[in-house]
Amino acid sequence: MFELIFFLGYAIVLVCAAVGVIVARNPVHSVMYLVLCFVTSAVLWLMLEAEFLAMTLILVYVGAVLVLFLFVVMMLDIDVSVIRSHFTRYVPFGVLIAAIAVAEVWSVVWMRSQGLPVASRPEPAAADFSNTKELGAVLYTEHVYAFELASFVLLLAIIVAIVLTMRKRSGLKVQDVDKQVSVNRADRIRIVRMKAESD
Amino acid sequence: MVTITHYLMLSGVLFAISLAGIFINRKNMILLLMCIELLLLAANFNFIAFSHFLGNPDGQVFVFFILTVAAAEAAIGLAILVVLFRTRASINVEDMDSMKG
Repeated sequence: MFELIFFLGYAIVLVCAAVGVIVARNPVHSVMYLVLCFVTSAVLWLMLEAEFLAMTLILVYVGAVLVLFLFVVMMLDIDVSVIRSHFTRYVPFGVLIAAIAVAEVWSVVWMRSQGLPVASRPEPAAADFSNTKELGAVLYTEHVYAFELASFVLLLAIIVAIVLTMRKRSGLKVQDVDKQVSVNRADRIRIVRMKAESD
Repeated sequence: MVTITHYLMLSGVLFAISLAGIFINRKNMILLLMCIELLLLAANFNFIAFSHFLGNPDGQVFVFFILTVAAAEAAIGLAILVVLFRTRASINVEDMDSMKG
Protein backbone atom coordinates (compact mmCIF):
# COMPACT_ATOMS: atom_id res chain seq x y z
CA MET A 1 0.00 0.00 0.00
CA PHE A 2 2.80 2.39 0.97
CA GLU A 3 4.63 1.43 -2.19
CA LEU A 4 1.60 2.26 -4.34
CA ILE A 5 1.21 5.70 -2.74
CA PHE A 6 4.93 6.33 -3.28
CA PHE A 7 4.71 5.23 -6.90
CA LEU A 8 1.61 7.32 -7.63
CA GLY A 9 3.09 10.42 -6.01
CA TYR A 10 6.25 10.24 -8.11
CA ALA A 11 4.32 9.29 -11.24
CA ILE A 12 2.13 12.40 -10.87
CA VAL A 13 5.21 14.61 -10.37
CA LEU A 14 6.81 13.01 -13.44
CA VAL A 15 3.77 13.54 -15.66
CA CYS A 16 3.29 17.15 -14.47
CA ALA A 17 6.97 17.91 -15.10
CA ALA A 18 6.72 16.38 -18.59
CA VAL A 19 3.71 18.59 -19.35
CA GLY A 20 5.72 21.52 -18.00
CA VAL A 21 8.54 20.75 -20.46
CA ILE A 22 6.29 21.03 -23.48
CA VAL A 23 4.15 24.01 -22.45
CA ALA A 24 6.66 26.25 -20.64
CA ARG A 25 6.97 29.68 -22.23
CA ASN A 26 10.65 30.11 -21.47
CA PRO A 27 13.08 27.46 -22.81
CA VAL A 28 15.15 27.74 -19.62
CA HIS A 29 12.10 26.68 -17.61
CA SER A 30 11.63 23.78 -20.01
CA VAL A 31 15.13 22.54 -19.25
CA MET A 32 14.47 22.88 -15.54
CA TYR A 33 11.28 20.82 -15.85
CA LEU A 34 13.29 18.26 -17.81
CA VAL A 35 15.75 18.07 -14.90
CA LEU A 36 12.81 17.40 -12.57
CA CYS A 37 11.59 14.69 -14.96
CA PHE A 38 14.93 12.92 -14.94
CA VAL A 39 15.40 13.12 -11.17
CA THR A 40 11.90 11.74 -10.59
CA SER A 41 12.56 8.95 -13.07
CA ALA A 42 15.75 8.11 -11.23
CA VAL A 43 13.74 7.68 -8.01
CA LEU A 44 11.28 5.39 -9.81
CA TRP A 45 14.19 3.40 -11.22
CA LEU A 46 15.48 2.99 -7.66
CA MET A 47 12.12 1.43 -6.82
CA LEU A 48 12.75 -1.03 -9.66
CA GLU A 49 16.13 -1.91 -8.10
CA ALA A 50 18.13 -0.45 -10.99
CA GLU A 51 20.42 1.50 -8.68
CA PHE A 52 23.37 1.86 -11.02
CA LEU A 53 21.28 3.26 -13.87
CA ALA A 54 19.41 5.60 -11.52
CA MET A 55 22.70 7.10 -10.38
CA THR A 56 23.96 7.22 -13.96
CA LEU A 57 20.82 9.05 -14.99
CA ILE A 58 21.42 11.74 -12.38
CA LEU A 59 25.19 12.03 -12.80
CA VAL A 60 25.48 11.73 -16.58
CA TYR A 61 22.11 12.98 -17.74
CA VAL A 62 21.28 15.73 -15.31
CA GLY A 63 24.92 16.55 -14.63
CA ALA A 64 26.21 16.62 -18.20
CA VAL A 65 23.61 16.43 -20.94
CA LEU A 66 20.99 18.74 -19.43
CA VAL A 67 23.65 21.23 -18.35
CA LEU A 68 24.76 21.22 -21.98
CA PHE A 69 21.17 21.98 -22.97
CA LEU A 70 21.08 24.78 -20.42
CA PHE A 71 24.32 26.25 -21.78
CA VAL A 72 23.00 26.24 -25.33
CA VAL A 73 19.61 27.70 -24.35
CA MET A 74 21.28 30.51 -22.43
CA MET A 75 23.91 31.11 -25.12
CA LEU A 76 21.45 31.50 -27.96
CA ASP A 77 19.43 34.68 -27.98
CA ILE A 78 16.04 33.17 -28.78
CA ASP A 79 13.05 35.30 -29.68
CA VAL A 80 10.34 33.32 -27.90
CA SER A 81 7.40 35.28 -29.34
CA VAL A 82 8.24 34.31 -32.94
CA ILE A 83 8.68 30.67 -32.05
CA ARG A 84 5.42 30.49 -30.13
CA SER A 85 3.39 32.43 -32.67
CA HIS A 86 1.30 29.43 -33.78
CA PHE A 87 1.43 27.60 -30.47
CA THR A 88 -2.31 27.49 -29.80
CA ARG A 89 -3.07 26.38 -33.34
CA TYR A 90 -1.03 23.19 -32.92
CA VAL A 91 -2.32 22.32 -29.42
CA PRO A 92 -5.55 20.47 -30.41
CA PHE A 93 -3.69 18.35 -32.95
CA GLY A 94 -0.94 17.50 -30.46
CA VAL A 95 -3.44 16.59 -27.75
CA LEU A 96 -5.37 14.42 -30.20
CA ILE A 97 -2.20 12.53 -31.19
CA ALA A 98 -1.25 12.09 -27.54
CA ALA A 99 -4.73 10.82 -26.62
CA ILE A 100 -4.65 8.28 -29.44
CA ALA A 101 -1.18 7.12 -28.37
CA VAL A 102 -2.25 6.75 -24.74
CA ALA A 103 -5.41 4.86 -25.71
CA GLU A 104 -3.43 2.48 -27.91
CA VAL A 105 -0.69 1.80 -25.40
CA TRP A 106 -3.07 1.42 -22.47
CA SER A 107 -5.43 -0.90 -24.31
CA VAL A 108 -2.58 -3.21 -25.29
CA VAL A 109 -0.94 -3.08 -21.86
CA TRP A 110 -4.22 -3.63 -20.06
CA MET A 111 -5.43 -6.50 -22.26
CA ARG A 112 -2.13 -8.33 -22.44
CA SER A 113 -0.89 -7.89 -18.91
CA GLN A 114 -3.74 -9.92 -17.38
CA GLY A 115 -2.52 -13.35 -16.44
CA LEU A 116 1.09 -12.80 -17.44
CA PRO A 117 3.80 -14.37 -15.29
CA VAL A 118 5.47 -10.94 -14.99
CA ALA A 119 2.46 -9.52 -13.15
CA SER A 120 3.68 -10.73 -9.78
CA ARG A 121 6.34 -8.72 -8.04
CA PRO A 122 9.69 -10.53 -7.62
CA GLU A 123 11.29 -10.86 -4.22
CA PRO A 124 13.40 -7.83 -3.27
CA ALA A 125 17.13 -8.42 -3.52
CA ALA A 126 19.21 -9.00 -0.42
CA ALA A 127 20.76 -6.02 1.33
CA ASP A 128 24.30 -6.90 0.20
CA PHE A 129 23.27 -7.50 -3.41
CA SER A 130 25.17 -5.27 -5.84
CA ASN A 131 23.30 -4.13 -8.92
CA THR A 132 26.51 -2.63 -10.34
CA LYS A 133 28.32 -5.96 -10.03
CA GLU A 134 25.43 -7.80 -11.68
CA LEU A 135 25.40 -5.32 -14.55
CA GLY A 136 29.17 -5.44 -14.97
CA ALA A 137 29.15 -9.23 -15.08
CA VAL A 138 26.99 -9.24 -18.22
CA LEU A 139 28.26 -5.97 -19.72
CA TYR A 140 31.89 -7.06 -20.01
CA THR A 141 31.21 -10.63 -21.09
CA GLU A 142 28.07 -11.11 -23.18
CA HIS A 143 27.75 -7.55 -24.43
CA VAL A 144 31.42 -6.64 -24.80
CA TYR A 145 31.21 -5.93 -28.55
CA ALA A 146 28.23 -3.65 -28.09
CA PHE A 147 30.16 -1.96 -25.28
CA GLU A 148 33.09 -1.30 -27.61
CA LEU A 149 30.72 0.04 -30.24
CA ALA A 150 29.17 2.36 -27.65
CA SER A 151 32.58 3.81 -26.90
CA PHE A 152 33.10 4.33 -30.63
CA VAL A 153 29.77 6.18 -30.83
CA LEU A 154 30.90 8.49 -28.04
CA LEU A 155 34.24 9.14 -29.77
CA LEU A 156 32.34 9.96 -32.95
CA ALA A 157 30.11 12.38 -31.04
CA ILE A 158 33.15 14.18 -29.62
CA ILE A 159 34.77 14.55 -33.05
CA VAL A 160 31.56 15.65 -34.75
CA ALA A 161 30.74 18.23 -32.08
CA ILE A 162 34.24 19.73 -32.26
CA VAL A 163 34.39 19.77 -36.06
CA LEU A 164 30.93 21.32 -36.39
CA THR A 165 31.49 24.14 -33.94
CA MET A 166 35.10 24.97 -34.89
CA ARG A 167 35.44 28.05 -37.06
CA LYS A 168 38.00 30.60 -38.21
CA ARG A 169 37.07 34.17 -37.42
CA SER A 170 38.46 36.98 -39.55
CA GLY A 171 40.35 39.78 -37.83
CA LEU A 172 41.61 37.56 -35.05
CA LYS A 173 45.23 38.19 -33.94
CA VAL A 174 46.95 34.81 -33.96
CA GLN A 175 50.52 33.64 -34.44
CA ASP A 176 51.47 31.89 -37.66
CA VAL A 177 54.38 29.72 -36.60
CA ASP A 178 55.33 28.80 -40.16
CA LYS A 179 55.74 32.43 -41.10
CA GLN A 180 57.69 33.16 -37.94
CA VAL A 181 60.20 30.38 -38.52
CA SER A 182 60.79 31.05 -42.20
CA VAL A 183 61.54 34.73 -41.77
CA ASN A 184 64.84 36.10 -43.18
CA ARG A 185 67.23 38.53 -41.61
CA ALA A 186 66.74 40.87 -44.55
CA ASP A 187 63.01 41.09 -43.89
CA ARG A 188 63.46 42.46 -40.44
CA ILE A 189 66.56 44.75 -40.27
CA ARG A 190 67.94 47.39 -42.58
CA ILE A 191 71.44 48.83 -42.13
CA VAL A 192 71.75 52.47 -43.05
CA ARG A 193 74.96 54.38 -43.41
CA MET A 194 74.73 57.98 -42.31
CA LYS A 195 77.05 60.78 -41.43
CA ALA A 196 77.92 61.46 -37.83
CA GLU A 197 76.22 64.52 -36.52
CA SER A 198 78.31 67.53 -35.55
CA ASP A 199 77.28 67.99 -31.94
CA MET B 1 0.68 -3.42 -5.08
CA VAL B 2 2.66 -1.88 -7.90
CA THR B 3 2.75 -4.21 -10.89
CA ILE B 4 4.45 -3.98 -14.25
CA THR B 5 1.19 -2.64 -15.68
CA HIS B 6 1.59 0.55 -13.65
CA TYR B 7 5.06 1.17 -15.00
CA LEU B 8 4.08 0.41 -18.58
CA MET B 9 1.12 2.79 -18.37
CA LEU B 10 3.28 5.52 -16.87
CA SER B 11 5.78 5.05 -19.67
CA GLY B 12 2.95 5.19 -22.22
CA VAL B 13 1.72 8.49 -20.78
CA LEU B 14 5.25 9.91 -20.81
CA PHE B 15 5.70 8.81 -24.43
CA ALA B 16 2.39 10.42 -25.44
CA ILE B 17 3.22 13.70 -23.70
CA SER B 18 6.54 13.99 -25.49
CA LEU B 19 4.88 13.02 -28.77
CA ALA B 20 2.38 15.84 -28.25
CA GLY B 21 5.31 18.12 -27.42
CA ILE B 22 6.88 17.41 -30.80
CA PHE B 23 3.66 18.48 -32.53
CA ILE B 24 3.01 21.50 -30.31
CA ASN B 25 6.55 22.91 -30.39
CA ARG B 26 7.22 22.16 -34.03
CA LYS B 27 8.91 25.50 -34.60
CA ASN B 28 11.34 25.43 -31.70
CA MET B 29 14.24 23.16 -32.53
CA ILE B 30 15.67 23.06 -29.03
CA LEU B 31 12.36 21.86 -27.59
CA LEU B 32 12.18 19.20 -30.28
CA LEU B 33 15.52 17.86 -29.02
CA MET B 34 14.24 17.91 -25.44
CA CYS B 35 11.11 16.01 -26.46
CA ILE B 36 13.28 13.36 -28.09
CA GLU B 37 15.16 12.98 -24.81
CA LEU B 38 11.80 12.44 -23.07
CA LEU B 39 10.78 9.84 -25.66
CA LEU B 40 13.97 7.92 -24.98
CA LEU B 41 13.33 8.15 -21.23
CA ALA B 42 9.88 6.61 -21.72
CA ALA B 43 11.44 3.77 -23.73
CA ASN B 44 14.05 3.23 -21.01
CA PHE B 45 11.25 2.91 -18.44
CA ASN B 46 9.89 -0.12 -20.31
CA PHE B 47 13.29 -1.78 -20.44
CA ILE B 48 13.94 -1.26 -16.73
CA ALA B 49 10.46 -2.43 -15.72
CA PHE B 50 10.72 -5.63 -17.76
CA SER B 51 14.27 -6.21 -16.56
CA HIS B 52 13.09 -6.01 -12.96
CA PHE B 53 9.94 -8.08 -13.29
CA LEU B 54 11.57 -10.80 -15.41
CA GLY B 55 14.70 -10.87 -13.26
CA ASN B 56 17.02 -10.44 -16.24
CA PRO B 57 19.79 -7.78 -16.20
CA ASP B 58 20.05 -7.63 -20.01
CA GLY B 59 17.34 -4.98 -20.11
CA GLN B 60 19.45 -2.72 -17.92
CA VAL B 61 22.44 -3.22 -20.22
CA PHE B 62 20.26 -2.07 -23.09
CA VAL B 63 19.26 1.05 -21.16
CA PHE B 64 22.96 1.71 -20.66
CA PHE B 65 23.48 1.70 -24.43
CA ILE B 66 20.41 3.84 -25.05
CA LEU B 67 21.76 6.41 -22.60
CA THR B 68 25.08 6.40 -24.48
CA VAL B 69 23.44 6.93 -27.85
CA ALA B 70 21.11 9.59 -26.43
CA ALA B 71 24.05 11.52 -25.00
CA ALA B 72 25.86 11.37 -28.35
CA GLU B 73 22.68 12.45 -30.14
CA ALA B 74 22.20 15.39 -27.78
CA ALA B 75 25.81 16.54 -28.25
CA ILE B 76 25.64 16.38 -32.05
CA GLY B 77 22.15 17.89 -32.17
CA LEU B 78 23.17 20.84 -30.04
CA ALA B 79 26.34 21.35 -32.12
CA ILE B 80 24.21 21.50 -35.27
CA LEU B 81 21.84 23.88 -33.49
CA VAL B 82 24.69 26.23 -32.55
CA VAL B 83 26.02 26.22 -36.11
CA LEU B 84 22.54 26.91 -37.50
CA PHE B 85 22.00 29.76 -35.06
CA ARG B 86 25.34 31.27 -36.07
CA THR B 87 24.51 31.26 -39.75
CA ARG B 88 20.80 32.21 -39.57
CA ALA B 89 20.35 33.83 -36.14
CA SER B 90 17.18 31.76 -35.62
CA ILE B 91 16.22 28.31 -34.37
CA ASN B 92 12.85 28.33 -36.08
CA VAL B 93 12.49 25.08 -37.98
CA GLU B 94 10.50 26.83 -40.72
CA ASP B 95 13.47 29.05 -41.57
CA MET B 96 15.54 26.03 -42.50
CA ASP B 97 14.18 25.48 -45.98
CA SER B 98 17.25 26.16 -48.13
CA MET B 99 17.12 22.62 -49.54
CA LYS B 100 13.48 22.97 -50.52
CA GLY B 101 12.98 22.46 -54.26
